[in-house]
Amino acid sequence: MLLELSQDDSGSTAEARRQIEICNACRYCEGYCSVFPAMTRQKMFSDGDITHLANLCHNCRGCYYACQYTEPHEFALNLPAALAEVRQGSWERLVWPAPFSRLFHTHGVAIAGMLVAGISALFALIAALPEGAGDGFYAHLSHNAMVAVFTPAFLLPLIAVAIGLYQYWRDVGAGPITLRDIRNALASAATLRNLDGGQGQGCNFEREDRYTDLRRWFHQAVLYGFLACFAATAVATLMHYFLDWQAPYGLFTPPKLLGVPGGIALVIGTSGLVWLKMRADPKLGASRVWGGEMAFVLLLGLVAASGLALYAATGTFAVPSLLALHLGSVLALFLLLPYTKMVHGFFRIAALLAEETKRKG
Amino acid sequence: MNRLAPPRHSWDVVVVGGGNAALCASICAAEEGARVLVLEGAPKPYRGGNSRHTRNFRCKHEGPLSVLTGTYGEDEYFQDLMLVTKGKTDEDLARFTIRASQECLPWMEAHGVRFQPSLSGTLSLSRTNAFFLGGGKALVNAYYNTAEDLGVTVRYEAQVSHIAVEADRFEHVEVSFSGGPVERISARAVVLASGGFQADREWLVSAWGPAARNFLIRGTPYNRGVVLRDMLDQGCESVGDPTQCHAVAIDGRAPQYDGGIVTRLDCVPFSVVVNRDAERFYDEGEDVWPKRYAIWGRLVAGQPDQVAYAIIDSTSLDLFMPSVFRPVVGQTIEELGEKLGLDPAKLAKTIGGFNAACMPGAFTPTELDGLSTEGIDPPKTNWAQPVTEPPFYGYQLRPGVTFTYLGLKVDKTARVQTPSGVLSNVWAAGEIMAGSILGQGYLAGFGMTIGTVFGRIAGHEAARHALNDQEIADVA
Ligand SMILES: Cc1cc2nc3c(=O)[nH]c(=O)nc-3n(C[C@H](O)[C@H](O)[C@H](O)COP(=O)(O)OP(=O)(O)OC[C@H]3O[C@@H](n4cnc5c(N)ncnc54)[C@H](O)[C@@H]3O)c2cc1C
Ligand code: HEM
Ligand code: SF4
Ligand code: SF4
Repeated sequence: MLLELSQDDSGSTAEARRQIEICNACRYCEGYCSVFPAMTRQKMFSDGDITHLANLCHNCRGCYYACQYTEPHEFALNLPAALAEVRQGSWERLVWPAPFSRLFHTHGVAIAGMLVAGISALFALIAALPEGAGDGFYAHLSHNAMVAVFTPAFLLPLIAVAIGLYQYWRDVGAGPITLRDIRNALASAATLRNLDGGQGQGCNFEREDRYTDLRRWFHQAVLYGFLACFAATAVATLMHYFLDWQAPYGLFTPPKLLGVPGGIALVIGTSGLVWLKMRADPKLGASRVWGGEMAFVLLLGLVAASGLALYAATGTFAVPSLLALHLGSVLALFLLLPYTKMVHGFFRIAALLAEETKRKG
Repeated sequence: MNRLAPPRHSWDVVVVGGGNAALCASICAAEEGARVLVLEGAPKPYRGGNSRHTRNFRCKHEGPLSVLTGTYGEDEYFQDLMLVTKGKTDEDLARFTIRASQECLPWMEAHGVRFQPSLSGTLSLSRTNAFFLGGGKALVNAYYNTAEDLGVTVRYEAQVSHIAVEADRFEHVEVSFSGGPVERISARAVVLASGGFQADREWLVSAWGPAARNFLIRGTPYNRGVVLRDMLDQGCESVGDPTQCHAVAIDGRAPQYDGGIVTRLDCVPFSVVVNRDAERFYDEGEDVWPKRYAIWGRLVAGQPDQVAYAIIDSTSLDLFMPSVFRPVVGQTIEELGEKLGLDPAKLAKTIGGFNAACMPGAFTPTELDGLSTEGIDPPKTNWAQPVTEPPFYGYQLRPGVTFTYLGLKVDKTARVQTPSGVLSNVWAAGEIMAGSILGQGYLAGFGMTIGTVFGRIAGHEAARHALNDQEIADVA
């Protein structure tokens, strides 16, 4: 029956498989997260199974500090790192074009380069366009020009991600989705259940073998902050087209009520994540992409901070520069969406959903 | 200060060892207000001795308690213990330990240990044994953190070689840090919690005979019984069977030391087990596996070269927990025999004979199904199914040592005894004194119970003694 699965015998998938087979004979870490219950469903692991477990793992690191087989033991267990490598590899492999992925995931400098390019492009655009066609910052960059730039910059990357997700779904062999699966998966994401240590005590990210819940809190500040900002933009777009109600908006309007707290949450959350990341042991993650991850978090923070600054500077001489800074960083964030850490949100939702479909079977 | 007053000590309590018993003692002593020094012989990554390989402890309870279901009363617990020790236990001390186990669980939770429902594949233990979230290493980590927060000082790579006792009083320990020169550290009291002696192969050989050279040690290489030997040499009383150790049959490819839980093999009941000469030697289907687990270590130890081979076919592969090593595979029995280093023709003959002796009937892997062979010796009295469906799989089995029984005799206050009475300021806890209760045999989860119960007692007692001692010294 078994032992004849498609298996890549070298590289990060093989290393993860080696470790998972040890864990599957041990199971001491079963209470930490969904990875272990998923693992114990089988004895042999195809490449797709490993990809699935890797994307399910939230890198809480509980299973590293609890493991009696970490180095210098000859079994050399480091499951958080092994799964992080596979997870990272899966995004780079599945999202087209792969060389882009490898470049930006790995090199923070490349992300910074893209950022500079984005901001320069916006400066150039603002300089090239005649002033005074609209109100507020539209005086510097008309609404139509913004839409012309940002619609493709937003949609094209999403298409690249969608193709990757489709491939992923087939690789991991997920089953048909029910409404209940969607609800469960969203609930897991909404609370980052798999990062809570299994009992709400938190993860082992920045304080080694002591549990703390800070990473989960900061992450959710980022997640909900981002969603709020995204909603702010969406609402504003609707208001623009359907209510003919144009920016600038006052503080007590839907875009601002969503955007300002969202922006603040994002700034707090990204600052917190940077701070934690400086304290955590890089060897327990995909260490080769540490720089790319850090650059991504900073970029996200910059998007939020420059947005808030732009609002605070309303009516002052700083608006054109801040506008270029903000929109330039947004542009970079969008364009890089499939090729940076940003893509994890999509794959993680997919993994949680896939797990719901597999759990039943 | 009076000339006769005890010398001023920098430590109230020195704890020798860094596993479960040592940490329970350190935490309790520190909570009494004592200044505590822990001397752990292993380097930090290997701290925690055999405790870091554990997964649960056995706990008496009336009604559901934390993750434990149902009720597990004193009498049932005691009966379970009597069964495995064949009566070789001190009833008074055993019942005392069992009663004390109940309050251990909330104490453990209050000191950082987290529990989880019993692991998949171990449902039979969900009533009797409380599993640690993340296993024993997570428990050990939690205790080290709690101890650190209480101001306990921990030194790693601190090999204790001698406990200096004069008359009935402990004076100092002799210890070498990171292989450096031997230093003396004095304290008002000492707790000995340095585990068993399973990593001292010569000691095992002198107890078991030369067969012990081929044993695998499932736990830490740092438990060499140095302190136990030192105390016995100084005339302390011993308990527990000196000629035995608890050994189970594990995967023969396991590392020499520290292979831990993942090297266990649960396939025996569904296998045909042969020795080096490709001959069967014992009824593989005698009883459900948890009950037979322990005897197979001894059985394999009794075979030539202390090795055996479990042979199954493809229908049985999913009936037991996976092992850490993949099985050896053969499309024919002969091919499998070849790969395992057995005489292929002989193995085929043994399996053929076995298959011919199998009778029709219903096979039920989860219970004694009475599906027995007929006309072969030894018979297989349950789960006897022919081994006919290729591919065939084989696992090598060897004895793996879990636990040693010989230890220091203690009383209910964990004080170490000599023929002329108790030592006034020496306590022992954990496997080093487990023989006082577990003279032979082994009850899953009882090692940690003994360590927790007596570690806590030893810590409190040693601290109170030390602090009293200090008051007397201060007055003088
Ligand atoms: C694989 C395996 C699984 C097990 N599973 C369970 C289980 O699930 N439940 C259970 O109850 N029991 C289990 N046991 C038994 C259990 O591990 C022991 O009974 C228990 O850990 C003993 O605790 P301890 O504190 O006395 O000794 P240990 O935890 O072994 O600690 C001894 C300590 O002393 C130190 N030491 C030794 N010599 C010196 C020296 N000379 N100087 C300084 N330090 C020294 C060692 O480094 C170590 O830190 C298992 C054993 C093994 C091997
Ligand atoms: C959709 C559901 C999401 C889930 C389940 C999720 C899950 C996770 C997890 C488990 C981590 C930690 C492990 C790791 O570094 O990979 C993480 C990191 C992170 N996530 Fe999310 N995430 C989601 C969405 C988002 C969104 C929408 C954003 C922001 C736009 C975001 C921003 C971040 C950041 C900045 C990090 C930190 C990276 C680092 O420290 O290097 N996440 N996410
Ligand atoms: S990480 Fe280590 S302790 Fe946890 S299940 Fe795997 S092998 Fe066991
Ligand atoms: S790092 Fe955390 S989430 Fe990932 S497998 Fe280990 S315990 Fe599970």
